[in-house]
Amino acid sequence: MALDKIGIAKRIAQEVKDGYYVNLGIGIPTLVANYVPEGINVEFQSENGVLGMGPFPYEGEEDPDVINAGKQTITTLPGASFFDSAMSFSMIRGKHVDLTILGAMEVSEEGDIANWKIPGKMVKGMGGAMDLVASAENIIVAMMHVNKAGESKLLKKCSLPLTGVGCVKKIVTELAVLEITDRGFKLLERAPGVSVAYIQSVTEGNLIVEGEITEMQIF
Amino acid sequence: MKIISKIPKKITYFTIFADKYLNQMISKKVNSVEEALRGVTNDMTLMLGGFGLCGIPENAIAHLVEMGVNNLTCISNNAGVDDFGLGLLLQHKQIKKMISSYVGENEEFERQMLSGELDVELIPQGTLAERCKAAQGGFPAFYTPAGYGTEVAEGKETREFNGKMYVLEKAFEADFAIVKAWKGDEAGNLIFKGTARNFNPCMCGAAKITVVEVEELVPLGTLDPNFIHIPGIFVQRIFQGEHYEKRIEQRTVRPAK
Repeated sequence: MALDKIGIAKRIAQEVKDGYYVNLGIGIPTLVANYVPEGINVEFQSENGVLGMGPFPYEGEEDPDVINAGKQTITTLPGASFFDSAMSFSMIRGKHVDLTILGAMEVSEEGDIANWKIPGKMVKGMGGAMDLVASAENIIVAMMHVNKAGESKLLKKCSLPLTGVGCVKKIVTELAVLEITDRGFKLLERAPGVSVAYIQSVTEGNLIVEGEITEMQIF
Repeated sequence: MKIISKIPKKITYFTIFADKYLNQMISKKVNSVEEALRGVTNDMTLMLGGFGLCGIPENAIAHLVEMGVNNLTCISNNAGVDDFGLGLLLQHKQIKKMISSYVGENEEFERQMLSGELDVELIPQGTLAERCKAAQGGFPAFYTPAGYGTEVAEGKETREFNGKMYVLEKAFEADFAIVKAWKGDEAGNLIFKGTARNFNPCMCGAAKITVVEVEELVPLGTLDPNFIHIPGIFVQRIFQGEHYEKRIEQRTVRPAK
């Protein structure tokens, strides 16, 4: 059974290590904050100028001056800080953020990522994505393995305008956990009940399968 | 007094002279949004603070609509929503060109852009902040890794440093920077609140004239010099905003316990 968005978020949350500063992109990545394991100390950075992002507020306590990068109302945790956009991107570009989690429309077997534009149809803009992918040491992409038409989104080469080149390290899709190596996509884990053969059939880019591929453990 | 008579004459003179300055801090205060935006004309390039609808100069934007200035180039991270923020200027067709990083919340914007009515330059958010800051701080240009290998780098110089590729980006040149702060004093010193800070500090002093609207304009001496976010030297005009709607784009809550 392919994972749903929450399943993907739960699996990615397992990659968050104690002591990490983490930036979460809009969409599935924001859900990751809800599933970080107990005992892991982490600070979430939001590119619009807050470190120590907390959960959504209770009803009636929303503050219009405290939002995240997706323009949602949030709270802050004890020890949080506010700062301006130039400083925020110094944190990102200057490699002070340990882990970046963001979505993608396409990823290539060389680690190129496209997530900001569909020419003629959707041109919302790149926001902070280009800064994030150009600078982060550790990037995990949350994405759908296939689009609605059943076509692979893990490609030999991206067809859409790029956000960054050669920057993706790890991907979690509804079907698999993969990493990018110098030989292409390498399959690390498969979603519960999903076969290696199926994953191979929907991965257009070069897919390396070595040894037995275990199922993801999602709690 | 015995003590004063023992102090050499020079120092006594300076001590008396210095008293003159107690009431002579440079005042940036203007009394209305009209005064604040005097001199904004058609064809100008404006910087506007804000992230989404958070920290936007609501009163200045409303007045720009009233002034009817058009053919503007606006540097601002987002374009507001259809009926608020910069969306109002778009609705009234006052903007010729937007320089932003993300415009997803505004359907009118996307429509004008896809139809070619509106010229749009989409640039990485960090680059946008830094191009403002470069203008504020006198740097003509800087190298950034953001956008290398993408269409953002087209036509721009690139250079390698320590085995990694970077793109040369230039400081903005703007006529007015229009900023929103939380509290400010008559000297133009500013404090920002929460995530309403965002681009506002980097835009102060980044254009020929910086105009700031504040929720509270306080007397000199109220703000502790240790906790000022932007010193008044970067500000030319400051006024108290009349009214703030502070619209929330996405009201997200968690369930009560």
